[in-house]
Amino acid sequence: MDRQKPESFNPIPVKERLTIPRQNMPEQDPNIRNGNFLEVNLGLTEDQAVIEAQRCIECKKPTCIEGCPVSIQIPDFIQLICKQDFLAAANKIKEDSSLPAVCGRVCPQESQCEAVCVVGKRFESVAIGRLERFVADYAMQHGNGDGSQSNRPEPTGHKIAIVGSGPAGLAAASDLIKEGHEVTVYEALHEFGGVLVYGIPEFRLPKAILRKEVANLENRGVKFIKNFIIGRSMTLQELFEEEGFDAVFLGLGAGLPRFMNIPGENLNGVYSANEFLTRSNLMRGYDFPEWDTPLYRAKHAIIVGGGNTAMDAVRTAKRLGAEEASIVYRRSEEEMPARNEEIHHAKEEGVAFMNLVNPIEFIGDENGSVVAAKCLRMELGEPDASGRRRPVPIEGSEFIMEVDMVVIAVGNGSNPLIAQTTPEIETNKWGNIVADEDGQTSMEGVFAGGDIVTGGATVILAMGAGRKAATAINQYLKTKVGSVA
Amino acid sequence: MGESMYKILSAEFIAPNVKSFVIEAPHIARKRKAGQFIILRVHDRGERIPITIADSNQEEGWINIIVQGLGKTSAHLNTLEAGDHLQDLVGPLGLPTHIENWGTLVCMSGGVGTAEALPIAAAAKAAGNRVISIIGARSKDLLIAEEHMGEIVDEVRISTDDGSSGRHGLVTDVLQDIIDEGIQPDMVVAIGPLPMMAAVSAQTKTINIPTMVSLNAIMVDGTGMCGACRATVGGKTVFVCVDGPEFDAHQVDFKELGMRQKMYKQQEEESHKCFLERQMKKVKAEEMAAGV
Ligand SMILES: Cc1cc2nc3c(=O)[nH]c(=O)nc-3n(C[C@H](O)[C@H](O)[C@H](O)COP(=O)(O)OP(=O)(O)OC[C@H]3O[C@@H](n4cnc5c(N)ncnc54)[C@H](O)[C@@H]3O)c2cc1C
Ligand SMILES: Cc1cc2nc3c(=O)[nH]c(=O)nc-3n(C[C@H](O)[C@H](O)[C@H](O)COP(=O)(O)OP(=O)(O)OC[C@H]3O[C@@H](n4cnc5c(N)ncnc54)[C@H](O)[C@@H]3O)c2cc1C
Ligand code: SF4
Ligand code: SF4
Ligand code: FES
Repeated sequence: MDRQKPESFNPIPVKERLTIPRQNMPEQDPNIRNGNFLEVNLGLTEDQAVIEAQRCIECKKPTCIEGCPVSIQIPDFIQLICKQDFLAAANKIKEDSSLPAVCGRVCPQESQCEAVCVVGKRFESVAIGRLERFVADYAMQHGNGDGSQSNRPEPTGHKIAIVGSGPAGLAAASDLIKEGHEVTVYEALHEFGGVLVYGIPEFRLPKAILRKEVANLENRGVKFIKNFIIGRSMTLQELFEEEGFDAVFLGLGAGLPRFMNIPGENLNGVYSANEFLTRSNLMRGYDFPEWDTPLYRAKHAIIVGGGNTAMDAVRTAKRLGAEEASIVYRRSEEEMPARNEEIHHAKEEGVAFMNLVNPIEFIGDENGSVVAAKCLRMELGEPDASGRRRPVPIEGSEFIMEVDMVVIAVGNGSNPLIAQTTPEIETNKWGNIVADEDGQTSMEGVFAGGDIVTGGATVILAMGAGRKAATAINQYLKTKVGSVA
Repeated sequence: MGESMYKILSAEFIAPNVKSFVIEAPHIARKRKAGQFIILRVHDRGERIPITIADSNQEEGWINIIVQGLGKTSAHLNTLEAGDHLQDLVGPLGLPTHIENWGTLVCMSGGVGTAEALPIAAAAKAAGNRVISIIGARSKDLLIAEEHMGEIVDEVRISTDDGSSGRHGLVTDVLQDIIDEGIQPDMVVAIGPLPMMAAVSAQTKTINIPTMVSLNAIMVDGTGMCGACRATVGGKTVFVCVDGPEFDAHQVDFKELGMRQKMYKQQEEESHKCFLERQMKKVKAEEMAAGV
């Protein structure tokens, strides 16, 4: 696709731009923030944002765009920051992304847009994520949280149900309401946002942001229904037959915690990451007893795993007062799937990393509470199917450490609820719903996207899948339902 | 479905500390089957707790739940009256009870478990079973729903720990009586406090009567997302909220479940104490205002 190079608003000669240091985002002091749940990152200032934007050398072939799963027009929005027209910059991003305030915070930028930024080849890459976050926050604060709501489109008379209010569902809803369809979002839990509210902690992604996004969509006419489980409160078939929906989008997420299947996993004090984080975030157990849901406060917590979920859990455990909160990971730090920033922040906050260690049993006391973990030390062998070197146990390396809480963060499978109650929906051997590029499933009028299709992935991929499906649903309604009506 | 949802249509105590609520919930009333439950929150900082659907009316769009005030949340719930609203209500959850015509079903229940047993007894009766209900309680005033049960089943037998009503003894003693009388149960369902279900299970295992129990594991979401409700059944880990709540009693690891139920004992007591203190203050303030 031919791309028009955006108008430049950068007064600084290109050579000089490379001498500007990457702007550091102000953040809470590690020793203070590890005792509170307030956001760690404080965001760039306006001046910093403009300086950071001026670091972009306006490449003829901007590889950054290719690195972004939803192809945000990165050089364009960066030039608008140089121009100090932050609202226009926000609107530019919103052409391709529905949740910039979220993605600017939680995208693994270092392996996406910033990984392929040309400046990054020799210097530090342009801080695209931080800039994205800056303009999204600016727009929210300046009453333009949603760039496109102003005039409502002509109603089409088509009704679409969105199941699940995670990033996939919210993105699909946003695009479909634009077209003038009637859009209803059904959510099983009592808050909207999926993993963004129940999993990712407040200190990384404040809930207020999600509330604003949901309120924006509500203002634009999307109907939100909480406490409603499709498959239980109503079946998928009934959405069509009784409620008269013309199409359904399934953004169910990968909400089924995996355990390790080792002895002692059902002891008290052994949590899945989903439970631990849900109790803390959604139920706000960190404010117990002001909030009613209890949560263990450990002295020595270990978190098994090396992804974002593990980092969120370990930093939560630390904030709940653990003297020692440690990551136990069976490979080395290099293979950790977590974002660099999370690993870095966790270390600053005093989290210990026990790499190349794998638990094989949890040991309990007479009350059934966990008191120790039996572990093996590992070394890296040949690469496995994922291309990463396979961890193999070192013989005779068994050791026992005292712990009073364990969080298992080794990934999620797919929630089988819909598949169980809807035989027409095809799933693969991992329980993921089978859908094509456009999100079309094996059942007519039913589309799916996000973690329920890919398995646990990222916010931006889920969002992108929601948008793709929205386009396909529009097409479907035009050709199929439209011709009938 | 905004804030005006989940209205309480009626609320009355049916035994000390046990309250029966009728709640507006047309969708749930339409869908629910015997053995299923709901999860509710009382207020916006509240915990999610599971409660069995004891009864429902599809035409009038309500469900009935019967709640024993145990700790903070159930005690708070039991302060609500007709006209009040619940914060959140979701369901129906769990798998419906597997019902067939077994022949003779003995339905054993204790405490508030009798409320949970009502829909199962009714469904079993409708499926053609001869249903004998055994209801146990510590004493006469703690018995609930025995009249309602009487309308459903062929026969109700009662036992109390102190002998103040029915047979002096435990539900397991009554089951033994029945067997001694020459009645051979084809199936037993036991619902109540964990020690009672464990005792029934041990008893029926030795005499080879298939037995089903409804497990009350601690839950959070109720959709299979968190794993809080896990229990060991037949050596395998199950999630009670989506794989149950009913299981083959003889396969259940009751000891583990018992320990898991006590996971938050200390916090629960703390939370309940805070709540009672706040209630006391409220009552005192009201008394002051009323000039008592
Ligand atoms: C702790 C944690 C940290 C993470 N950190 C990052 C990060 O830093 N960066 C990143 O990019 N990604 C991160 N991820 C991954 C990312 O959050 C997910 O990939 C993304 O949220 C998936 O979006 P989704 O819309 O597919 O599903 P979800 O966000 O899972 O949302 C699905 C929603 O559907 C609801 N639902 C399910 N079934 C039904 C039903 N039958 N009826 C009604 N509602 C239903 C669920 O309750 C849920 O609210 C993290 C994940 C976790 C768990
Ligand atoms: C499937 C199912 C059906 C149930 N049906 C009924 C019913 O019909 N009527 C009734 O009175 N009770 C029922 N219960 C039990 C009820 O959920 C608990 O009594 C209630 O959660 C106690 O909360 P609390 O804050 O009042 O007491 P707490 O002091 O918090 O706890 C008292 C005990 O209740 C259990 N409990 C605590 N929190 C939870 C939770 N979130 N989920 C489940 N159990 C918990 C624990 O074992 C605890 O020791 C049912 C439980 C389950 C799992
Ligand atoms: S959405 Fe993510 S990958 Fe795309 S530009 Fe923004 S931070 Fe980079
Ligand atoms: S690759 Fe980097 S320097 Fe080039 S346009 Fe993109 S952000 Fe700017
Ligand atoms: S309550 Fe969360 S999985 Fe059962």
